[in-house]
Amino acid sequence: MPTPIIQVTDVRKSYGRGQNRFDALKGVSFDIAEGESVAIIGKSGSGKSTLMHTLALLDAPTSGSIALEGVDTSTLAGRRLNRTRNRTFGFVFQQFFLTANASVLDNVVLPMKIAGVPHAERKRRGMAALEQLDLADKAKNKAVNLSGGQKQRAVIARALVNDPRIIFADEPTGNLDSSTGAVVEDILFDLNRENGITLIIVTHDEDLAARCDRRIVIRDGLLVEDSRPNGPGSADTTHGRHGAEGVAA
Amino acid sequence: MNAVDLVGSAVSNTFRAKTRTLLTILAIFVGAFTLTLTQGLGTGINAYIDDTVTAVGASDVMTVTKPSDSATTIGTSDDGPAEYDPDTIASGQPGPPGATVVSLSPDDLDTLEGIDGVLRVQATKSIAADYIEGADDTKYVAAIGGLVAGQTVQLTAGEQPDDGSDDLQVVIPVSYVEALGYDGDTDAVGGTVTLAVTDAVRTQHAVEAEIVGVAEESVASPTGASITPNSALTDELYDLQNAGLPDDQADRYAQASVWFADDATDADITALKDRLEDDGYSGVTVADQLGTLKTVIDGIVLVLNAFAIIALLAASFGIVNTLFMSVQERTREIGLMKAMGMGSGKVFGLFSLEAAFIGFLGSAIGAGLAILAGGAISSALSTTLLADLPGLTLIAFDPVSIAIVILVVMVIAFLAGTLPAARAAKADPVESLRYE
Ligand SMILES: Nc1ncnc2c1ncn2[C@@H]1O[C@H](COP(=O)(O)OP(=O)(O)OP(=O)(O)O)[C@@H](O)[C@H]1O
Ligand SMILES: [Mg+2]
Repeated sequence: MPTPIIQVTDVRKSYGRGQNRFDALKGVSFDIAEGESVAIIGKSGSGKSTLMHTLALLDAPTSGSIALEGVDTSTLAGRRLNRTRNRTFGFVFQQFFLTANASVLDNVVLPMKIAGVPHAERKRRGMAALEQLDLADKAKNKAVNLSGGQKQRAVIARALVNDPRIIFADEPTGNLDSSTGAVVEDILFDLNRENGITLIIVTHDEDLAARCDRRIVIRDGLLVEDSRPNGPGSADTTHGRHGAEGVAA
Repeated sequence: MNAVDLVGSAVSNTFRAKTRTLLTILAIFVGAFTLTLTQGLGTGINAYIDDTVTAVGASDVMTVTKPSDSATTIGTSDDGPAEYDPDTIASGQPGPPGATVVSLSPDDLDTLEGIDGVLRVQATKSIAADYIEGADDTKYVAAIGGLVAGQTVQLTAGEQPDDGSDDLQVVIPVSYVEALGYDGDTDAVGGTVTLAVTDAVRTQHAVEAEIVGVAEESVASPTGASITPNSALTDELYDLQNAGLPDDQADRYAQASVWFADDATDADITALKDRLEDDGYSGVTVADQLGTLKTVIDGIVLVLNAFAIIALLAASFGIVNTLFMSVQERTREIGLMKAMGMGSGKVFGLFSLEAAFIGFLGSAIGAGLAILAGGAISSALSTTLLADLPGLTLIAFDPVSIAIVILVVMVIAFLAGTLPAARAAKADPVESLRYE
């Protein structure tokens, strides 16, 4: 079996200290294989976003380790950490985080601009990404003038423009009506199937979760379910290593 | 993000909140405008003085006097009254009023000649004329100035006095032209004036001389508003003035001119002055004399610059404020960029460059308009208030000091920007992304 792209081992994350200390993650362990589509679901405040932020190396866990392709990420810092994030990850957030008055193209090429890709190549690859998402005709428009669905497609274009290995999506359809949401989902799963991009989606939406290879359920900072409803060996296996006491609590 | 993109992004971010940026630029503009003008004032006046010094020439000459003990004892009475020295005469040198110098004798001239670095010595013959009279029959008081060889006066008409000629020649200042009864500067050239001196036995002698030129009166003219004779006339007047003096008193000079190598450095000149001082003499170059004037002007300009800098400091708080608002507004964008792998250093650079760019815009516009305004003011004043000082451009600009002004403003703006930029750089991407 090849090295999992992400290995999470007993990750804990606490906010505040002393009296105000709050444990958002209380020890979570699982592996994600390259090319998987994973849904992280759970109630509001259960720690989904916190988990995603630690997976995406935006936030360091208080304890435990996250390995990226077998490399312990706590050894990454500064420039190497930034490069890893820039090259490996693409982000789709619930809020679009588009720069309102910049053009759609400018928004989409931002990750390449940060990576220091030359202007001409940026433009070429940016247009290609917009093409892929049927937004080429909007390239010159200001981002603020797009519809909600178009904005989310622009965000996806931005997430995939740098050829990431993993796309993190935090409630990617939360802001969209169901039909537009379905379109965005189709795009994400196409990317997963055709380009082999690993997809990690945080969501409330059971329907969306059901389309993923795998569902990871978080409750109060603990992994309570890790199953593969569609994948091979999809029997509902609850094998959260720390899940048992979580369910009991 | 490469440097070009960083600058490009900073520039385009500047124009995102146009009104806010405009107001900040306006505040900087006021400071930069003032600073450029005051700087231009200094440049203008000092350039005028420099021009005059260059025109005056004789940069290889210093005027040497022999200060008396009493000359420097104003306010220091602990030595008691200074002893009388029959060789003491009033000095024509700049210094405290009433300061006296010991006259130079032929022996002194020999001593000076022997000092290392002195190439040539010439005694300055000072002449006290009684009056000057022109075509009109009115007599006017006149001061006789002397030019050191190599010096020139700035003429409005005619020629320099010819020291090689045996003819008695004189150059009169512009202000004497009409008084002496001539219609204009060119009309005066070729005219004849009478100069009178009184000798030691109270006999008055009149000498006729030809006007060969009319001199401009400028603050830094070597002779001021005085009449400039050529050597022949100087000798004639001096001999007449000293007629009747016993020989040992006739050859007494208040000062002498000393020539040194024309490629002497400032250090060489200082060393020469020190050697002169060791032998009891004091030497002053033309540049020294004008130097004090420049120091005063530099002082005034410095004070004016200080006001402009205060205005700029006030404006820099505007920059701090503008950028803090900008950082606040762009919290999520900053978080996103950091999430996408933009380093803190680059984020810092982005905002501080934006500040520097605002500073650049304000200062470039300020300097540009100040140049226009300064040009207009100088040309308006040169025909009215300052018409008596031809050649003076009150507010002049040299590219280097303009560049320095713009740079200084950019540095101030950059420093102001570091505060908000540091906040942006420190921002935690997760917090920024959670920010509502
Ligand atoms: N910086 C922080 N300081 C203190 N507590 C925090 C901080 N960030 C998150 N939390 C807490 O951690 C818990 C998990 O938050 P998280 O955002 O991961 O929830 P979530 O599962 O994504 O919820 P939602 O579905 O509403 O987005 C919450 O109780 C939240 O209040
Ligand atoms: Mg969340």
